[in-house]
Amino acid sequence: MLNFAQRYRTVHIVCIQWKRCLSRTTFKMGRSVKTIYALSSGQGPAGLAVIRASGPRCSDVLKEVTKQSHLPRPRMAVNRDIFSPLSGELLDKSIVLWFPGPNSFTGDDVCEFHVHGGLAVIQAVLRALGNCEDLYQAEPGEFTKRAFINGKLDLTEVEGLGDLVAAETETQRQQALRQMSGELGSLYGRWRNELVKVVAHVEAFIDFSEDENIEGSIVDQAMESLKKLENSIRVHLKDNRRGERLRNGVQIAIIGEPNAGKSSLLNILCKRPAAIVTPIAGTTRDVVESAVNIGGYPVLFSDTAGIRETNDLVEIEGVKRATERAQTSDMVVTVVDASTLQPVIKNSSEIDDLVTALLRTLGTLQRTMDKAGSITDEIADNDTTSQQSMVLFNKVDLLAERERKILKEVMNSLTKDQGFYICGFSCKTLEGLDTFLEMLKGTVSKLCGDPLSGNPSLTQERHRMHLELCLAAMSKVKLDNDLVIDAEHLREALRHLGRITGHVRVEEVLDVIFKDFCIGK
Amino acid sequence: MAALARFQQDISKTTWRVNNLNFKVCANRIMHLMAARLGLPAHLSLLRGKLTGKTLNLRYLSGNASEVDSNFYDVIVVGGGHAGCEAAAASARLGRKTLLLTHKIETIGEMSCNPSFGGIGKGHLVREVDALDGVCGRICDKSGIHFKVLNKKKGPAVWGLRAQIDRDLYRRYMQEEILNTKCLTVEASPVDDLILDDVTPEHVDDMVCEKICAGVVLENGRCVKASSVVITTGTFLRGCIHLGLDIRPAGRLGDAPAMGLAKTLEEAGFTVGRLKTGTPPRIDRTTINYKQLESHFGDDIPVPFSFMNEKVSIKPEEQVSCHLTNSSTKVGEIILQNKHLNHHIREEVTGPRYCPSIESKVMRFGNRPHQIWLEPEGLNTNIVYMQGFSVTLPPELQEECIHNVRGLEEATMTRPGYGVEYDFMDPRQIKPSLETKRIKGLFFAGQINGTTGYEEAAAQGIIAGINAGLTARGEPPFIVNRTEGYIGVLIDDLTTQGTTEPYRMFTSRTEFRISLRPDNADLRLTEKGYKAGCVTEERYKKTKDMECKLSENIELLKAYKMSRAQWSNILHECKAEILLAKTGSKLSAFDVLQSSYFQVSYLSEVPGNPFQGIVSDDVLAGRIKIEAVYEPFMKQQKQNIEEVRAEEELEVPPDLDFNRLSMSREVIGLLNTVRPTT
Repeated sequence: MLNFAQRYRTVHIVCIQWKRCLSRTTFKMGRSVKTIYALSSGQGPAGLAVIRASGPRCSDVLKEVTKQSHLPRPRMAVNRDIFSPLSGELLDKSIVLWFPGPNSFTGDDVCEFHVHGGLAVIQAVLRALGNCEDLYQAEPGEFTKRAFINGKLDLTEVEGLGDLVAAETETQRQQALRQMSGELGSLYGRWRNELVKVVAHVEAFIDFSEDENIEGSIVDQAMESLKKLENSIRVHLKDNRRGERLRNGVQIAIIGEPNAGKSSLLNILCKRPAAIVTPIAGTTRDVVESAVNIGGYPVLFSDTAGIRETNDLVEIEGVKRATERAQTSDMVVTVVDASTLQPVIKNSSEIDDLVTALLRTLGTLQRTMDKAGSITDEIADNDTTSQQSMVLFNKVDLLAERERKILKEVMNSLTKDQGFYICGFSCKTLEGLDTFLEMLKGTVSKLCGDPLSGNPSLTQERHRMHLELCLAAMSKVKLDNDLVIDAEHLREALRHLGRITGHVRVEEVLDVIFKDFCIGK
Repeated sequence: MAALARFQQDISKTTWRVNNLNFKVCANRIMHLMAARLGLPAHLSLLRGKLTGKTLNLRYLSGNASEVDSNFYDVIVVGGGHAGCEAAAASARLGRKTLLLTHKIETIGEMSCNPSFGGIGKGHLVREVDALDGVCGRICDKSGIHFKVLNKKKGPAVWGLRAQIDRDLYRRYMQEEILNTKCLTVEASPVDDLILDDVTPEHVDDMVCEKICAGVVLENGRCVKASSVVITTGTFLRGCIHLGLDIRPAGRLGDAPAMGLAKTLEEAGFTVGRLKTGTPPRIDRTTINYKQLESHFGDDIPVPFSFMNEKVSIKPEEQVSCHLTNSSTKVGEIILQNKHLNHHIREEVTGPRYCPSIESKVMRFGNRPHQIWLEPEGLNTNIVYMQGFSVTLPPELQEECIHNVRGLEEATMTRPGYGVEYDFMDPRQIKPSLETKRIKGLFFAGQINGTTGYEEAAAQGIIAGINAGLTARGEPPFIVNRTEGYIGVLIDDLTTQGTTEPYRMFTSRTEFRISLRPDNADLRLTEKGYKAGCVTEERYKKTKDMECKLSENIELLKAYKMSRAQWSNILHECKAEILLAKTGSKLSAFDVLQSSYFQVSYLSEVPGNPFQGIVSDDVLAGRIKIEAVYEPFMKQQKQNIEEVRAEEELEVPPDLDFNRLSMSREVIGLLNTVRPTT
């Protein structure tokens, strides 16, 4: 499976680069000049392979390699033989599709060759296209880039498309598809339009008011809409990173005392021996990660070193990393060795104390409390603000029936008091696995939200960053100082909002001004 | 028939030079002769076309005598409006031998429309033109009769210097200036054609260039050679005046349009568009009932446009006042009822959205009262300009409209308003130096590039003049970029985005409004201009002195620190504001100046009075205050500017195929991940 974090970084960097080139270059060149081609399906061998070309030479090339004088009807699949333009030799029998621009993926003329997916066939057809005059091998991502430049997709749609291709689970696919269809883009677009209007009204007041009838009240109105907009963005940002989690995977740290069975749990969850398991306490030193699909949601489990006092330098570092990981994760699963509770298990109050003490040492309890305290002033109906916590009593198979009963009572009371999920489990017999997975799925789906309902979620750190910068700039608008300075902050806010979808234009502001005001001179 | 015979006589008398010119010139010549003889309108292009076809037969007419002017000029400027005057003066300041060609010498420096200069954004342009030693700022200071800084409440970055100008004085001073400029010759003659040479091998590097401009052909057929030609024809290119349903060819009321040149440019392959603008009616001051109107006075202390002037010519108390009134619903009714009598507004041609005619206002924003400013056109004239009342209805209906405006019930209209429609060249065909991409040595400036306004024209004129002068000697062009001035914004917008309506400057067009201010135009541009040779020693020295004084005093202010309590003592009542604005236990004098409540004059209360030099110098004090106000924002803006500059330095070769522009290998590699269906 792909490393979520790595993928996220990559796309982020790409977007920054695009954004840069956008912010200065005016892509008003319209249709492309160069014609490009590439293999669009996976590397063979396979039943079929799709080779796509885009650009003004497409029609000529299509005629040339099929030795036909006419183009096929647009968007109709036709059977055509493909010949080498050099030797005239028959290369393959294929299905050909012709999409004249601008009604194509890239907005340019596009043609597609559905050839047989053998390596030699693919090679031969690619070579044939390479031999055509003025045809260039596409750079990676160039088709999408053209679609973007030709205004077929905005940046969020491009990102959605990227996510869709990379989606590994059902819910990721649903979210990416929504984004690619432009829902997120249109939400940001709406905000942007509102902000453009605010900016335009302030700018109009600066550029025209005194000798041309624009009243000062328009600035007050603008400030009112600004407040509203600020609020919508703030609510959108307070989604607890649902969308990003779904996109990048929910981070779950497995922590506990040494030899509690954390690595065994990881191996069970990912159905392969990802972490080394030995009876020796302190086997795991570093953080071991593994991505798992839990009920359609992507989850990234991190197995960590057992937390204990130690003098071993390597282990000290391991413990440090474990604690850090626990803190940065979306959720923590604390594994407790139930057999260590055996000596005190007869006395339920004693065991209560022991478990509480243990959880406190591990930091599970403390963390839950802290977060719980801080959420009161946040949006009240959203309990996912706090870090989710689960406690797993492992090795219940070692307990006697009576002991299990007592443990169950303890678990119930703990759940009631602390509000986190507790479950008995055995890595050996897999007892309790279903309950655990069910609980896990419930929590994870709560963390990610339902990608199909409500407003589209924020899916990328890049969006969050720009939205936050946008908010920060908006909140600097004060009205008591120089109006130019306020306008400057508003422009900054608009720039950030525009960069999310890739729209950076100044002329719009003037368009709004002239639409809204009768300017006299 | 008799006329035709005379015409033939004329032709046979004339000697023709054909080898260096195309036949079109002959046709032109013939056409004009014919027009003169037969009393035909000279602009009939149909006739012209026919003649062009016939020119082959006229070949025998070409004699041996050539009418090439023995004079050779570095720069020829065509047009004596605001762009032309600045261009000619700038080129002459560079020491280039310059020829200004205009239809009539007495209309040089004519303010064809409003009797005012400057405004929000426009004032910035005038300041920048002045910083490059342009003429318009200085002449405004001499001829202004009502000075007012607009936007005074909204921050010094958007202060709009503006003045009502005495039209006659402006024209007189401008003519004095132009006719007495060293290296500058002025001649009254329409220009009919350009002399275009083929590209020689030495120019092969300039791949987009197709021809080289080597001079102009005057209406009388005479050729004048020059290294560079600047065209500043304003609304004269195929200009048409609309008055009700009456349409007649004219560049301005009473002046002939430029038809030949328009045709030449079109034939040279330039993409030509059509724009329209308008001018309001003028009324007689003595017939206005001022009692009902709101008076607006000039500033008590008029601020001069030019950095060279401490004060303006007119005495503050002698300034004339303007008056505000508004249209009534009756005006709207007249307009709506007479739409059929108004050719101008039915046209497909784009007019300005921000300076609409009263008809467009009524139709677009409903029949409600619209503001009208009554602006005197001069000290010694009774003509009053009706700002905001551009109208193209037939004159009698215009008069009826006027009588329905408050205070003008009895007013006499001295001249009707009219609309002008004219050719402009898509400005994406010119480089940032304002030289055309297509023809080397040919420059466009002013309304020909789709702009409107005296200030926009002057700004382009000065840049075109400087560059025409520089290229005439093979020197690199002088380019003001977006980060340096409104001039740069104007030219960058035009040359990269083009325009679909007459382009006017606004402060909202610039990204760097906080740094591109009217107060610091000299610091931004004068040194640059001096290096290019268009700024006199005197101005350069003055700017340098000011720069030193500013930085020294700012250092002084920054070094002087006192505790909050001490500052509060000086500030008396409004200390809270300062305490909030800054952190840190001690504040420098520069820090406290940032507060809008802290006037520079308060500094005189600082113990020991170390800032005497600042407080006593009003100009310096004003500038330091502005610097202090924007100081916290300058850092961010400087950073943005650096970013933009870094990107601008990656110069794009003119023949670059944009699609071959690709990102770094690294990025392409990374793009692989985003790569979706390819």
